[in-house]
Amino acid sequence: MSEHETTDTGADDQEDSAEPTFEAAEYADGTVTYPPHTVSPNGAERVGTVDLREYAARVVTWTTSTATPPGVREPNTLAIVEFEMGDDYDGPVVRALGQIAECEEGDGETFDVDIGDRVKPVYADELREPGAGIREPESQAWDGFRFRPVQ
Amino acid sequence: MERVAIIGASMTQFGQRDAWVRELLAEAGAAALDDAGIDGDDLDHLYVSNMASGEFEGQTGVPNALAHDLAATPAYTARIDQTSSSGGAGVYAAWQSVASGASDLTMLVGGEKMTHRTTAEATDVIASLTHPVEYKHGVTLPSFAGLTARLYLDEYDAPRESLGKVAVKNHKNGVDNPHAQFQKEVDLDTVLDSPIVADPLRLYDFCPITDGSAALVFCPESVAEEYVSRDQYAVVSGIGGATDTHVVHERADPTTMGGVADSSDIAYEMAGIGPDDVDVAELHDMFTILEFLQSEDLGFFEKGEGWKAVEEGVTDRDGELPINTSGGLKSKGHPLGASGVAQVYEIYKQVTGDAGPRQVEADTGLACNVGGFGNCVTTAILEGSQ
Repeated sequence: MSEHETTDTGADDQEDSAEPTFEAAEYADGTVTYPPHTVSPNGAERVGTVDLREYAARVVTWTTSTATPPGVREPNTLAIVEFEMGDDYDGPVVRALGQIAECEEGDGETFDVDIGDRVKPVYADELREPGAGIREPESQAWDGFRFRPVQ
Repeated sequence: MERVAIIGASMTQFGQRDAWVRELLAEAGAAALDDAGIDGDDLDHLYVSNMASGEFEGQTGVPNALAHDLAATPAYTARIDQTSSSGGAGVYAAWQSVASGASDLTMLVGGEKMTHRTTAEATDVIASLTHPVEYKHGVTLPSFAGLTARLYLDEYDAPRESLGKVAVKNHKNGVDNPHAQFQKEVDLDTVLDSPIVADPLRLYDFCPITDGSAALVFCPESVAEEYVSRDQYAVVSGIGGATDTHVVHERADPTTMGGVADSSDIAYEMAGIGPDDVDVAELHDMFTILEFLQSEDLGFFEKGEGWKAVEEGVTDRDGELPINTSGGLKSKGHPLGASGVAQVYEIYKQVTGDAGPRQVEADTGLACNVGGFGNCVTTAILEGSQ
């Protein structure tokens, strides 16, 4: 199960259309939130979605967790990142929490990051093992976006 | 609205216990009834603060079980779950039941049985409070603490050692608490050399996993002296509850706990006091960084200055504003549903002059109980009756 929608960019962009979007919600008052909520922080209704893959982000803070729950990689480096939504956006900051990507897929070693580093989202089809922890596997998506540094 | 008094209190030994949740609740409940000089069938309402007895041991329906065990039927019962702040939410519910006139005698018992689970399992039960977009990344409450601690140290130019000094202080206080899980001091080097759990935080920056229970008995202040003498009861002079965002990264300032500020504003206004009037406080130091954040958002210190208060000894037991004389969650332990009740137990003991070797000079005390990572908060203010 995926909470993301496949990007419909037409037959000319097959590579892009295969990757799910990083879906945030846009509301009638112009605000954007990730994850999407029923209404905006001010109570405005949802009017659309925003694909956060289109925005650069910077690391607000990070940690490496060594005591991880069942089904989670160990260690698990996590960051809160803040998206640069552009000068025209004047709503609340748009952030996401996510894993830092591995240098080589599957080698367990994650990129080094620090506060202020610029990062981009990279898709992962399984962030932790569904069903290993207490959460019902069918109740939520397990794919999503990690972050890797960019120059 | 009735003014509400606390006329009895108890807490069990915190730590690794053989007893299961039903037995822990009954142990604390029976002791609190005895402390107040009443029987189970005197109770109008009986509340149980508990986060996850079903998830931890497959035992649900604990309020009904407790009412039966204490011969408290037909008292109205309910379980109060607000994750780690279930205890504080229970204090709110118990206060509300008496203040509203719905109950003339209410007992609150908070408890949790956790230590039979591995650390990974217990961490996952607690982390299940997170939003799906957080949970799928393997986030834990300790990792929120690591994320926030790094930002706090960076933003306010605070030394890493200041966090360690919270652990040193609270362990020192816990030595004099016979109910505490850890009754031994630790030095700063031990804290700073302990294994990393969520960088930059280490093992001694975190509370342990704990079994335990605590209980309080509430009645209208107008009849408190029918049960106990005037010096043996305290008044809940202010109480407030508030929530912050479910998703932690959506907060405007990750180093500010809005629920702490909002709940304490309500409690201060009800009590007619301000932060400068508080003589002693129990804060939710599930992680050392939380003591800084709460002490600032409660208005004790300016934003970004909480760490200096610890460095300067202001929050020591013999300081200007003693914080966590009980040893805090850090030393006393954190049996989720019991913690908020045990915080009020300590403040009750302090303002009634019954805290033994932990006693400080206190007419007014405050307890701040935090659920999630500041997601839900209850702040209670107690005053001695004398």
